Amino acid sequence: MSADVILENITVKFDDFTAVKNADITIKGGEFFSFLGPSGCGKTTLLRVISGFQDPSEGRVFISGKDMSGIGPNKRPTALIFQNLALFPLMTVWENIAFSLEVKGVGKTDRRKKADELLELVALPGQGDKMVNELSGGQRQRVAVARALAAEPEVMLLDEPLSALDLKLRQHMRTELREIQQRAGITFIYITHDQGEALTMSDRVAVMREGIIEQVGEGTNIYDNPSTAFVASFVGENNAFHGTVSNVMSAKVIVSTGIGELEACLPQGIELNIGDKAIVFARPEAMSFVKQKNLKKNVIKTKVVHQEFEGHFWHLILKGTDDLKIKMSQINDGAKQVYEEGTELNVLIDHKLAIALPFGPLAAE
Amino acid sequence: MILWMQKFFGRNGLVLSLYMLLVSFIWIVVMFVLPQLFMFDFSFRFNWTQIDPSKIGGPEDVYTLQHYKFLLLGSPNNPDPFNIVDVTVFVRTILAAVCVTLFDLILCYPVAYYLAHIAKGGVTRLMMLSLVVPFWINELLRAFAFRILFGEEGTINNILLYLGILNQPVDFVRENIALYSGLGYAYILLMIFPIYNAVESLDRNQIEAARDLGSPWWRIHWRVVIPFAKPGIISGCTMVFMLSAGALALPQIIGGPSSLWFTQIIYQWFNTGSNWPRGSAYAVSLLVVCVIFVLLIMKIFKVKFGEIGR
Repeated sequence: MSADVILENITVKFDDFTAVKNADITIKGGEFFSFLGPSGCGKTTLLRVISGFQDPSEGRVFISGKDMSGIGPNKRPTALIFQNLALFPLMTVWENIAFSLEVKGVGKTDRRKKADELLELVALPGQGDKMVNELSGGQRQRVAVARALAAEPEVMLLDEPLSALDLKLRQHMRTELREIQQRAGITFIYITHDQGEALTMSDRVAVMREGIIEQVGEGTNIYDNPSTAFVASFVGENNAFHGTVSNVMSAKVIVSTGIGELEACLPQGIELNIGDKAIVFARPEAMSFVKQKNLKKNVIKTKVVHQEFEGHFWHLILKGTDDLKIKMSQINDGAKQVYEEGTELNVLIDHKLAIALPFGPLAAE
Repeated sequence: MILWMQKFFGRNGLVLSLYMLLVSFIWIVVMFVLPQLFMFDFSFRFNWTQIDPSKIGGPEDVYTLQHYKFLLLGSPNNPDPFNIVDVTVFVRTILAAVCVTLFDLILCYPVAYYLAHIAKGGVTRLMMLSLVVPFWINELLRAFAFRILFGEEGTINNILLYLGILNQPVDFVRENIALYSGLGYAYILLMIFPIYNAVESLDRNQIEAARDLGSPWWRIHWRVVIPFAKPGIISGCTMVFMLSAGALALPQIIGGPSSLWFTQIIYQWFNTGSNWPRGSAYAVSLLVVCVIFVLLIMKIFKVKFGEIGR
């Protein structure tokens, strides 16, 4: 049922623009795999290559070990869920779902039966005779999933299918998609620019930038041990302190930055030498207040610019001695601590949570 | 109605509102409804102008069905059970118009689809130009040029003879092939553009989705594209059918000598026959049958009248 997908050195060029560069990845059968990246990073192109709508300029796609070169989208064991769903507006819900069966020449009663089963599976029983435009956004979403499942694909490809839904529904559908994937036991390849979606649903995530896959790994690994400056700044929120490496110890470095010397961990496989340009990344939750400045290392002097409330978190926008903004977050414990603008605060950056990476481009804010 | 008028004037201002109302009135009432009503009225009157003009408006100037009767049965001393010549021409005109319409549809649908979804930028513009520019040529000039093209000594015959496909020249004009080609060619734009408009608004993803679900190209068209473009297709077909059935210049010039187009008979009654009431009755009959036919087609294909206007 589930198939592994191997991308072998895929490059896609449009005239003189390279959309995807040397994508080389193995997606295991039954895996929920996400491509995460900002718009224009080439993730949709890559999905179109897997589905067969786009021929790669170089490289090959293998599904279940079979070379897909020259095999059209209608002959591949993949089913694509489009960003705008692309349901057929002139067909009823059940006809939409059973379209792939109609193509295969399945008789009408069997088609209807299968469509009703799938409607049951996606929690829309008895809605088969409605027209698509009579359904809500979330219901259409489910119909699109059912229509794709009806084709009995070995690989399901999803192109940001949740982006049109509102927040609550989106969060609900995440759980549901994951459940459907595990029930159906097929490989899901998911495209998104929403790191929340990628992290919550996926077994593994590939982060892409400008056509290049920067890092592949489990969600926690990507979040905790980013391997490039871009991944560190794109996945989750991060403060970036630019500087120069002044000392290297085993698995630790000291970087002198605009706000002083900072000690940070060196992720596995990353090498930095004294004098290298580097960026220290510290997440908003890796910071805390300290009373006295000179007691510990990694304590920086800041001024409050602004305070934001986001339910379970208080966010403080601070300004370092170099006038650059720093974001720190505190769990809302009900104490309702209010900081006036201009209040001076000493902040400790946890050196076990801060990491240093070689200088590189950051994600756009 | 008054409320609507208030809103209309409020939204558009006095000048624009009056202008729009005036133009709509002239367009619909003066140019369209009134003349047709005159014709309709005419078709039920005796041809007094020719028989005895002094009786116009007199007690004998009453309504009559004699012209419609003439179309169906012929003159009172006609030995045949019905007016064989006129009825045959009538039916043949309708059937020929249907054939021209179907021919144009088969010809234009792929072109419209290609223009809307496959051709890109420069190619689209070039194709559009090459569709539109030939229609700068005057219709009469084009018709006579077709005579040269399809004549016994014409280009097509010469080519076919040279290639050895024919042993003897074919008289395309006599066989009406010239006429059908000419009509088909004349109304191509009226078929392409409504279909193009309809197909173009189809979301490309729908085509790809159907393909992704395993559909071969013909089923994509049958199940996704054609149902979506149906209003455009019917709209194009309606126009081509109506205009073909009502064409006069082309049948006059490139029609075969033995086969009349019904409009030519109408023209004869108005012109050489000097019988305007009979001409009107014939014209009204053609119009009514064509409209009924079109409405029937719309009913069969479940297209609503409003959709045609899109």
